[in-house]
Amino acid sequence: MLALENVVIRLDDFGLRADLAVPPQARVAVMGPSGAGKSTLLGAIGGFVLLSGGRIAFDGQDITTLHPAARPVATIFQDNNLFPHLTVARNVALGITHRRPDTATRARVADALMQVGLDGFGDRLPGSLSGGQQGRAALARALVRDKPLWLLDEPFAALGPGLRARMIALVDAVAARAGATVLMVTHDPTDAAALGGEIVVVANGMAAAPRPAARLLADPPPALAAYLRR
Amino acid sequence: MAVRPRPLTVAGVAVAGIVFLLVAGTIAAVAVRADGGAGLRPSDLAAIRFTLWQAVLSAILSVGLAVPVARALARRRFAGRRLLVTLLGAPFILPVIVAVLGLLMVFGRGGWINAAGTGMGLPPVSIYGPWGVVLAHVFFNLPLAVRLILQGWLAVPSERFRLAASLGLGPWATFRLIELPILRGIVPGAALIVFLVCTTSFAVALALGGGPRATTIELAIYQAFRFDFDLGRAALLALVQLAVTVAAATLALTVALPDTLGGGLDRHVARWDLARRWPDGIRIGLAALFLLLPLAALILRGVPNLAGLDTSAWLAAMRSVVTAMGATVLTLCAALPVAVAMQRLRWGRVVEGLASLAIAASPLVVGTGLFILIFPLVDPALMALPVTALVNAAMALPFAIRAIGPQVAQTEARYGPLADSLGLTGAARLRLLILPRLCRPLGFAAGLTAALSMGDLGVVALFADGRSETLPLHLYRLMGAYRMDDAAGAAVLLLALSLGAFWALDRGGRVDAGA
Amino acid sequence: MRLTMIGLTLSASLPVHAQDRPVLDVYTYDSFVAEWGPGPALEQAFEAQCACDLRFTAIGDGAAMLARLRLEGARTKADVVVGLDTALMAEAGATGLFAPSGIGNVDWALPVDWTDDTFVPYDWGWFAFVHDRDFDPPASFRDLAQSDASILIQDPRSSTPGLGLLLWVKAAYGDEAPDIWEGLADNIVTVTKGWSEAYGLFLEGEADMVLSYSTSPAYHLIAEGDDSRAAAAFDEGHYLQVEIAAALAGSDRPDLARDFLRFLTTDAAQGVLPTTNWMYPAVMPEQGLPDGFASLPKPDRTLEIPAEDVPAIRDQALQEWLSALAR
Repeated sequence: MLALENVVIRLDDFGLRADLAVPPQARVAVMGPSGAGKSTLLGAIGGFVLLSGGRIAFDGQDITTLHPAARPVATIFQDNNLFPHLTVARNVALGITHRRPDTATRARVADALMQVGLDGFGDRLPGSLSGGQQGRAALARALVRDKPLWLLDEPFAALGPGLRARMIALVDAVAARAGATVLMVTHDPTDAAALGGEIVVVANGMAAAPRPAARLLADPPPALAAYLRR
Repeated sequence: MAVRPRPLTVAGVAVAGIVFLLVAGTIAAVAVRADGGAGLRPSDLAAIRFTLWQAVLSAILSVGLAVPVARALARRRFAGRRLLVTLLGAPFILPVIVAVLGLLMVFGRGGWINAAGTGMGLPPVSIYGPWGVVLAHVFFNLPLAVRLILQGWLAVPSERFRLAASLGLGPWATFRLIELPILRGIVPGAALIVFLVCTTSFAVALALGGGPRATTIELAIYQAFRFDFDLGRAALLALVQLAVTVAAATLALTVALPDTLGGGLDRHVARWDLARRWPDGIRIGLAALFLLLPLAALILRGVPNLAGLDTSAWLAAMRSVVTAMGATVLTLCAALPVAVAMQRLRWGRVVEGLASLAIAASPLVVGTGLFILIFPLVDPALMALPVTALVNAAMALPFAIRAIGPQVAQTEARYGPLADSLGLTGAARLRLLILPRLCRPLGFAAGLTAALSMGDLGVVALFADGRSETLPLHLYRLMGAYRMDDAAGAAVLLLALSLGAFWALDRGGRVDAGA
Repeated sequence: MRLTMIGLTLSASLPVHAQDRPVLDVYTYDSFVAEWGPGPALEQAFEAQCACDLRFTAIGDGAAMLARLRLEGARTKADVVVGLDTALMAEAGATGLFAPSGIGNVDWALPVDWTDDTFVPYDWGWFAFVHDRDFDPPASFRDLAQSDASILIQDPRSSTPGLGLLLWVKAAYGDEAPDIWEGLADNIVTVTKGWSEAYGLFLEGEADMVLSYSTSPAYHLIAEGDDSRAAAAFDEGHYLQVEIAAALAGSDRPDLARDFLRFLTTDAAQGVLPTTNWMYPAVMPEQGLPDGFASLPKPDRTLEIPAEDVPAIRDQALQEWLSALAR
C-alpha cells in the first residue's frame, strides 16, 4: 500500500498537499487542471521532487529520502524514456542490469518485449520506432524492473484515442500479471474510465484521496467538473 | 533526491583547482622572485587599451562572420563537406609565425591579391596596421568560432525543425524561433573564447600591427622579462591580463542563456526551410577562400622542400606527436569531469571559470613560473616535454569544456531523470549514457587539443635544451638560420600532422553509436 | 601518463657515453646548437682535446639566456655562457655571476680595441640593411627617411638586432635620433618580434630591405650559391655587435671553463664560425676568411656605444623610439 502522510510540496510560488493512501494493485488515474501539480505529485513519489513536509511510505517502509532508483517505483515519463543510442533490447535490459546482458537477462527482455507486442524489435534503435512502439518499449522496461508501483506521466498523450485505449488495456493486463499498482496522469476522462479503478483529483493545491472512477465521473465534484467542462 | 558525492564531480572540481593553482601559482612564483617594487607605466596602460580594443573587435567580427557560415554548413550536405570543415580549422592550429607568413603571401604587399591588383592597375593595399591585427585574428579564430557554433547547431533536435516545417515557418521565422535561442546559448561563449585567445596575442599583433602602437599586454610582459628583467612588473601585468579576462568572462557568461528546451531522438537533420541554395554557397565559398588561400600559399611554397627535410626534422615531428598525444589524453581526462561538475553543481560557473583560466594566462609567465618552481628540483630540460604537454592540456581545456559542456547539460536534462530512475550512477552512467552521447564533441575536443599542442611553441622554448626540440621549435630554428626553404617544408609537415591528428580524432568522434 | 613517460624518454636522449668524464655545461642560444650551427663542430673539436663531456643547453637568444641566468642565480649548472653580446655586457657584468676569463693576451681581429678581462669575444658583425641586388639602396638613414624604400625591422624589446638598430641610430645621431625615427616611420612596413619573422617576410617580398647583418649575403652566396642579396653601406657607419662568452663565477670546473674560453679563440673554433654562425671571426684564423666574405661591404666607420653606457642610453632610446613610432 502506498501512503502519502501530510505531504507538503513547495516549489517557488507553487504548493501542493496530499494525505492519501492507495491500496495494493489499484489502478489510479491522476486528473486535474494543467499546472495543478499532477506531474509534481508523481515526481514526489518517484523521488524527483523533494518534499517540504510529511512522509511517503510503501508497504510500511518510509521511502521519503530514498534515491529514485532505490524506490519500489518504475516511472514512465512523458518523453525521453529511451536512450536513442542504445537498442530497444539494451534499453529494456537496463531495467535489470547495467552490465552487458547475459543469457538469462536476454531471455527476460525477450519475454517482456513479447508481452508488450514488440517481439522481434529488440535490435532496432528507438529512433526507428513509432510513438506507440516507443511506449510499449518503455512499458517492457517497467515490467522487467520488477517494481510493485508504476508511475505513468502521460506517456501516451501523443497517441490517438484508439491506440491510447489499446495501450492502457495493455498496461492494465501487464501490470495485473506483475501484481503492480499503477498511477497514471491523464487529461482524458475516457482514459481514466478505461483504466477502471479510481481517480485522484489534483486541484487548488490539494491532491484528494482516490475515489472510484465511475462514480466520480458520473457526479464530479466542483473542481473536476469545472475542468471536465472545458 | 538524495545527494551523494560523485567521483566525476569531485574530479571536476579538483581539475579546476589544479588549473587555478597552475595559473595563480606561477604568477606568485614570478612575483616572489621579484627584487623591488613594481608599478605600471603609461605605456602599459596603452598596451592594455590596445589589447582590449583588438580583442573585442576580433571576437565580434569572428563570431559575427562565423554565424552565417556555420548556419550554411549546418543546413547543407555536399560532397567534401567534412573535408572542408576540417580544413577550415587549419589556421587556428598553425604556429603563429607560419600562419602569418601564409596570410601575408596572400594579403601582403607582395602577396597574391596585390599582385592581381597591380596587374589590373590598382594601387597596392597594405594590410599592416591595427586592422591588419584584427584581420589576422579573424583569420585565426573564425574557424574556431565556426566549429563551436556548428557544434551547437547540430545539437538542435531535428524534431524542432520538423515542428517548424509543419507550422510553415519561413527561414527567418525558423531562425528567430529555433536557431536564435541556440545562438544565445552558444555565441557569448564562443565570442569569449576568441576574445581570450586574442588577449594573449603578441607576435601576430606586432607583425601585422606595423609598429609599437600594436603593443599588447603580452608584449609588455615580454619586455618586462627580457628588456628590463623586472619580474614584479611582469607578474603585475599578468594579473592585469587575468583581471581583464575574468571581467570579460563574467560579462559573457551572464549574457549567455543555456538552452534548456526539450530533447529529441537522433534522427538525421532534414531541413525544410531551404529555399535558395546560392546564398549559403556564397557564404561557404567566401569563408573557404579567405581561410584556405593562405594555406594553399604555404603548401605551394613548402611541398617542394618536403623531401629535403633531414632526420632531425622527423625526430622533432615524432616528439611533437608524442607530446600532442599526452596533452590530448590529459585534456580529455580533465575536460569530462569539469563538464559534468559544471552541470551538476550550483556554482558550476565558478568551476568552469577556474578551469578555463589557463587560456587567459600569459604563456611566458606560466612558463617562467613553472621554471622557477621546477628548477630547484630537477633539470628543466628533462621536464621539457611533460611540462609542454601539461601546459598545452591546460590551454586546450577551455576549448574542450566549451565543446562538450553543452552536450553534457543537454544529456543530463533529457535523460538525467530516466538514468536516475534506473539507478545509473558512476561508471555505468558514464559508459552507458554520457560517453555515447558525447562522442561527437569529445572527438572534436581531442582533435583540437592534439592539433593545438602539435603547433604550440609556447613553453617548450623555455625548457627545451636543444635536444628535445619539437617540430614548431625546429621550424623556428630553421627560420632563425636563414633556412626558409627547409622551414617551409617543415611547415607543411606540421600542417599535415596537425590536420591529420584533428581529422582522425574528430572523425573518430563522428562515428556515433547508432545515430 | 604512459605517453608522457615516452616523451620523457625521448627528451632525455642525452649522450650515454662519457659517464665518468667531467662535464662542462655551456649555455648558448638556439641557433648555435643546431646541426647547421657551430655547436656540433665545436663540441667535437673541444672534446677531442679536453677529455671531458661538453654539453650545450640552448636557450632562446642572448637576452633570454641572461634572464635565465638571473633566474637561476648562483645555483645555475652552467659553467660557461656563449652568446651574450656587447649590448648586454654591462647588465651581465653587474649581476656578479661571471668570473675573469684568465685567457691572457689574444691578437683580436676586431674593428675596436678589446680590454675587458671577463667577457671573451668569439665573433662579431655589423648591423646592416639587406636588400635584393637589383634594388638601389639609400646611402644613409637620412636618405632612407626621404626615400620611398620600405623596410622591415625588429622590436628592440624582443629582439637583439632590433635593439642593435636602436643603438645604431642613437650612436650615429645622438639627440637627433627622434627626428630620424619620425622620418623613418613611413618607411617601416612593420616591426616584428624577432629576426626570423622579419627576414622571412623580406624573402617573401614584403619590403625592399630588412634589418640584419652585413654578413647575411654571405650565407646566400656560400650556402645557396645565390648572389642576388646585398647589404647596403650607410655613410653614418655601422653599429658593431660583438658576441661574447664568459665563465660563471660559481662553476665547479673553473679550469675546464677557462680552457674552453681559450679554445674559442683558436683556429679550431674561429675557422668554423664564419660559415656556421655567419659572422666575422674574433681572431683571424690561419686560413683567412671564406671566399664569399670578400664581396661584403666594409663600412668606413664602426659605431659603438661603450658597454657601460648602454643600459642608460638604451632606456632613453627606447622611449624615443616608442613615442616617435606611436604617432
